[in-house]
Amino acid sequence: MNTEIALFLIQDGLTNGAIYALLALALVLVFAVTRVIFIPQGEFVAYGALTLASLQLGKLPGTAWLLLGAGLAVAAVELVQALRVRALRRIPAIILKFIIVPVFLVGLVWWAAPQKPALTLQIVLALALIVPLGPMVYRLAYQPLANASVLVLLIVSVALHFAMTGLGLVFFGAEGSRTPPFSDAQWKLGVLTISGQSLWVVGASLALIAALLLFFEHTIYGKALRATAINRVGARLVGVSPAMAGKLSFTLAALIGALSGILIAPITTIYYDSGFLVGLKGFVGAIVGGLLSYPLAAAGAVLVGMLEAYASFWASAYKEVIVFTLIIPVLVWRSLTTHHIEEDEE
Amino acid sequence: MNRTRLVLGVFLAFILTAPLVLPEFHVTLLNYIGLYSIVALGLVLLTGVGGLTSFGQAAFVGMGAYATAYLSTVHGWSPWVTLLIGLALTFAVSLFLGFITLRLSGHYLPLGTIAWGISLYFLFGNMTFLGGYTGISSLPPINFFGLTLDSGREFNYLIWAFALLALLSMNNLLDSRSGRAIRALKGGGLMAESFGVDTARMKIIIFVHAALLASLSGWLYAHLLRFVNPTPFSINSGIEYLFMAVVGGAASVWGAVVGAGILTILKQWLQNILPKLLGQSGNFEMIVFGVLLVLLLQRAREGIMPLAVRFFPAPKKLLAPVSQVLQRRIRPAAGEALLDVIGARKAFGGLVAVNDLSFTMRSGEILGLIGPNGAGKSTVFNLITGVLPASGGEVHFRGERIDRLSARAIIPRGLARTFQQVHLLPTMSVLENVAIGAHLRGRKGVVSAALRLERAEEATLLAEAAQQLERVGLGASMHEQAGSLALGQQRILEIARALCADPVLLLLDEPAAGLRYQEKRALAELLRGLKAEGMSILLVEHDMEFVMQLVDRLVVMDFGEKLAEGLPREIQTNPAVLEAYLGSVN
Repeated sequence: MNTEIALFLIQDGLTNGAIYALLALALVLVFAVTRVIFIPQGEFVAYGALTLASLQLGKLPGTAWLLLGAGLAVAAVELVQALRVRALRRIPAIILKFIIVPVFLVGLVWWAAPQKPALTLQIVLALALIVPLGPMVYRLAYQPLANASVLVLLIVSVALHFAMTGLGLVFFGAEGSRTPPFSDAQWKLGVLTISGQSLWVVGASLALIAALLLFFEHTIYGKALRATAINRVGARLVGVSPAMAGKLSFTLAALIGALSGILIAPITTIYYDSGFLVGLKGFVGAIVGGLLSYPLAAAGAVLVGMLEAYASFWASAYKEVIVFTLIIPVLVWRSLTTHHIEEDEE
Repeated sequence: MNRTRLVLGVFLAFILTAPLVLPEFHVTLLNYIGLYSIVALGLVLLTGVGGLTSFGQAAFVGMGAYATAYLSTVHGWSPWVTLLIGLALTFAVSLFLGFITLRLSGHYLPLGTIAWGISLYFLFGNMTFLGGYTGISSLPPINFFGLTLDSGREFNYLIWAFALLALLSMNNLLDSRSGRAIRALKGGGLMAESFGVDTARMKIIIFVHAALLASLSGWLYAHLLRFVNPTPFSINSGIEYLFMAVVGGAASVWGAVVGAGILTILKQWLQNILPKLLGQSGNFEMIVFGVLLVLLLQRAREGIMPLAVRFFPAPKKLLAPVSQVLQRRIRPAAGEALLDVIGARKAFGGLVAVNDLSFTMRSGEILGLIGPNGAGKSTVFNLITGVLPASGGEVHFRGERIDRLSARAIIPRGLARTFQQVHLLPTMSVLENVAIGAHLRGRKGVVSAALRLERAEEATLLAEAAQQLERVGLGASMHEQAGSLALGQQRILEIARALCADPVLLLLDEPAAGLRYQEKRALAELLRGLKAEGMSILLVEHDMEFVMQLVDRLVVMDFGEKLAEGLPREIQTNPAVLEAYLGSVN
């Protein structure tokens, strides 16, 4: 290995690591606020990438139908509940939020997609289709189980991952897609060639992390999420609804997932089921941080990216084996350093 | 003949005749249901009973399958030898994985198993000596005492023989001393530790047990197909195994068979119709499985077995005759120094909950520890019972220092406790709940339980539990579910459980809280009786009237410090105590 390759691998590792770091942050956020270990995060990555790919072909992405379907399901659940407690005043808002808005978004995409708008607009359209799925998924799958144990919520997550992967196959087929890079620019820096796409990925990730930081520090909703993460009961007593906190954290997770997919789509071919492994690599990073610390999770994710880059150079067939086996020394280290007294659940 | 036996008989007859009469395709399905049942059974134990989860069982199946595939083809070893090697390998790996993940919070095990399941799948696929993604073919058939099992019909008997043995031994295990400890893992960890159960060890045992069952299923699978490749050992299969266990539920070991049966048949059916419906091919059954499972967890978290179990009422368990009685501890003479708390201190961050508290207790007395809300009584209690480590000071019991010991190490020394909020296992019978108290008075472990070699010991433990229930006056409710008792009776049950540990000192944490007047009187009666038999009792209590008529001496606490100590009537007139309780007069 010469310096050139070493530097190239670092660049590669940083680029992937930035994506994993974003995902790790979203996973830590969702876990802290809702206790959900959000395995389906990876499906949002795949949906984001493949939805953008469909838009670039001028087609209406299959996820549009999913948005309509999920909207109808949420509307049905909410309407039943509203009727049961005789809160008829809520009905117009439910219909607006979960039926009219999705129909409008799908209509917009249906109209805009064949005209192949600029890349930025395509990204906005893709996000408009995917991000609302986050809170809808929370409402349908997790909210009825908000008081269940972490274990039950984890099994729900895995079940959801199964369903969403299968739906991905229905919407996008078994073929993979790769989107054209955001930028073809290349810079020579000594022996190293820096690609514009890598800069895009790292830059966008940093910008998103900064935005999240501002959101948590300076907005009332960000503070509400932090309060819920620290003490669920306490937050509830001062008026932070757990359902609101859950939906908000899932919205952020869906946004981060879809954006990660959009950023990674020009670098690697994404299939309907690729998201799972990408998401899990974010997880390995998050576990390094004990699913608690944001900076450690991000650092762990960058480590995963680096390890992956070097593993694919030295032993590409064993790349996944090496990355996922990393979790074992991490767990050994954590179990030796944590003195955990298991509280009783259920 | 009761209904349970009838259904079991019909099932056995079906298994025996089905391979002879059913068409090939249905025999194959039955084979798979048997193979999956064995894996799902491990998960019923792990997830349903123990409250732990693994998504990586398929990887253990793969270990069993690949161990035999490699050794029996390349080295030509007998499949019976390779079965043992596969099990040994699985044992070592699962022990290691269990050891590193089970000491962490509950969700690290499932996450660890996902990662481990994925890496093992890619490892199988990339190792050239294991045939890569093409796999290993031409495995030898299994030879059973000269009989070569080379057709699916014959193999069916082997699979189901193993499956039924696994079910039977699991059923035996759950109905034993170790079984009670395992059933306490989910929701009763602290209580189980307080009665001497090594919960971490129990968790590792059930994880290894589940892994070994998976490995056995893999061995059977490899010799049924006589071919292995990585596909059936992917993480998706691991997830499907968990679905089977959840669908069946943990109410009965048969949940594994029911779950495996339902999911196998449903998958077959969906794989036929969904691609036609959608006009493309793929694993669309995943969508249905995923949605169904979410709905199941929302609507019927215990799976479908509880519905089925209702039709098969468990026969009332008769107590077996007992040939021996449990040995009792040598008790200290009345008046001997028993418990010595010397300058005990506990700080939670900046808050000092207990500050330099000292008191002494003698054998045969009832000592009351009282004080206003927040005085630190329960914290003292937790310091003595080893639930919390003290920040300073010492606790001695019969001359031995115990403040550095864990709850599990304190119980064998003769201190048994009850809990302020009752900790019992609501779906277990009253008798079994009480028998947990006698955990340390038995010795027999998991293997002898599975093989039913511990019946004599089990009978003495249950007889002891029954005797303690009679002693506290709950004998009539012995076979009811503990959760169906009224709160007052549940508190009495906790006392019986503590008595089962043959304690020298009984520690009761607010036993009268939430009791009605009549129940309080009965409780006071019981405690007086125990004292008359020579038991020493430390009572943390809130209810003044209850305490005053019962105790020999009182220690009064306020703001973490000792306010007063003395006989009940001295305390009643103590000005400092009156001020703490009623407020100052001036």
